[in-house]
Amino acid sequence: MMNILIVARKEIQEGLRNRWVLATTLLLAALALTLTFLGSAPTGTVGAGALDVVIVSLSSLTIFLVPLIALLISHDAIVGEMERGTMLLLLSYPIGRWQVIMGKFIGHLAILSFATLFGYGAAAAAMAATGVPIDTASWTAFASMILSSILLGAVFIAIGYLVSALVAERGTAGGIAIGVWLLCVLIYDMALLGVLVVDQGRTIGGGLLSALLLANPTDAYRLLNLGSESVGALSGMGGVADNAALGPAALIAALVAWALAPLAAAAMVFARREL
Amino acid sequence: MTDTVNVTGVTKSYGKVPAVIDVTCSLKEGETIALVGHNGAGKTTLIKLMLGLIRPDSGMVRVLGEDPAAGQFAARRRLGYLPENVSFNMALTGRETLSFYARLKRVPLDTVGALLERVGLAGAADRRVGTYSKGMRQRLGLAQALLGRPRVLLLDEPTTGLDPALRHSFYEIVAELRADGATVLLSSHALTELEGKADRVVIVNRGAKIADGTIEELRQIAKLPTRIRVRLAECEAGKVDDWIGRTGAWKRINGHVLEIDAEPSEKISLLRSAASTDAPVVDLDVAPPSLDELYAHFLGAEEAPQ
Repeated sequence: MMNILIVARKEIQEGLRNRWVLATTLLLAALALTLTFLGSAPTGTVGAGALDVVIVSLSSLTIFLVPLIALLISHDAIVGEMERGTMLLLLSYPIGRWQVIMGKFIGHLAILSFATLFGYGAAAAAMAATGVPIDTASWTAFASMILSSILLGAVFIAIGYLVSALVAERGTAGGIAIGVWLLCVLIYDMALLGVLVVDQGRTIGGGLLSALLLANPTDAYRLLNLGSESVGALSGMGGVADNAALGPAALIAALVAWALAPLAAAAMVFARREL
Repeated sequence: MTDTVNVTGVTKSYGKVPAVIDVTCSLKEGETIALVGHNGAGKTTLIKLMLGLIRPDSGMVRVLGEDPAAGQFAARRRLGYLPENVSFNMALTGRETLSFYARLKRVPLDTVGALLERVGLAGAADRRVGTYSKGMRQRLGLAQALLGRPRVLLLDEPTTGLDPALRHSFYEIVAELRADGATVLLSSHALTELEGKADRVVIVNRGAKIADGTIEELRQIAKLPTRIRVRLAECEAGKVDDWIGRTGAWKRINGHVLEIDAEPSEKISLLRSAASTDAPVVDLDVAPPSLDELYAHFLGAEEAPQ
């Protein structure tokens, strides 16, 4: 446990030093504030809470940005250190390989959590400061949006490690990471939409649709944040959510599984790798 | 003296390429050993086997009584390793980097400053490693290997990139470690540099151990001739030819310099005759076989039967 924390601490230290933390926090804060103030215009006519509009905007932003940031941080973690030669030295120390991966995971997740919390928190704080009335339900939805964004980040950090443990060169890891991002964020949804339109509900029932949505972590995240109550009505995801019949518990469980499975696989692959 | 590292009949291949073939050797407490071989001879693979970073295909490796690849880390805390081409994260300072490794080895952090001073990095301790020169990075590498008073040090080509002054201070540190009873393994592709530094030399070629012993022992095994060169006095040619006829097959280098490669058995008699009062000799040089010649001899002996 001690070793994991030592490695995590070093990752955070490096993240602070090479401006990863600063850059991601500023990026998320800038985009969140922009969306907040541009998005506050239509609230009067739609009749939804001001913060709910922000949640819809930020969730859509998260789906594109957080997986990208997570993959950028993580795809280099193992293969990059091997190529630079730092991994050889690290593994000659009294530390297990799984401890290296866990330490890096905690460190990278801490960086991403910090960026999400303060980046998006800036938007909520700005809104509260301008005196817009916000009810408790909206605050809860906002908090769960931040937590699930961090969970989505954890999923893609773990996927990035798996890619990093499997490939022999950094360039390959980068290419695969971009491929994973495109697939999960853009192609999968387009393909799913196309299939649903062609199928017209004949063969794909609610059960299969649920399975297909859980098979992509970004869809699980989308449903979790955009599918419920007032936010659902606003985002237009309510219909899909009702058809898929997935509760928040199932969606969170799917995201946790999506984080743990690649992480375990990455640790296994890394443990067998020859230096 | 007890053995700190034992390698018994170890073979390791990468795919179909054999990297180490049936190597057996043991390293003792307080001993400095030179591991010499060409690039790609299997030196780094042997060191990685001793570190437990890779597992042997067959044979056994024991370091401080443990199997290093078994996942037991007690031995690793008393082991120092300096990789060939050591590298660090560029963003952290020297002190931060060394503190990180000290934490992993559970070494008190207040020793970090003294260690940086010992390798001559005290002034640059709070600068980023990215700004360091190659020699400074090598010294930081040495500092991390010295953390926690290690009993076994595996130094892979430690002096590449060091200038002569740093090289000197590096060997001073190695001498201190030897006096302290640590086993120090130095790998190198040049034997000459290690003359007088190593108690024992292990030569590897194409993955196999081809020689193991002190430099004196290797000299005796190799039976390389000693080169004797004499400068002749001004005298009539006949006297010189007469003297050559009595003593041996001297080669004429030029008008007044002669040379001979003396076998160990005839060396003394040749020297006596050249130093005797009737010999027309004004000056005399004796050059024992250099370590490079010795090394070339062992490599040549290995290649010949193939």
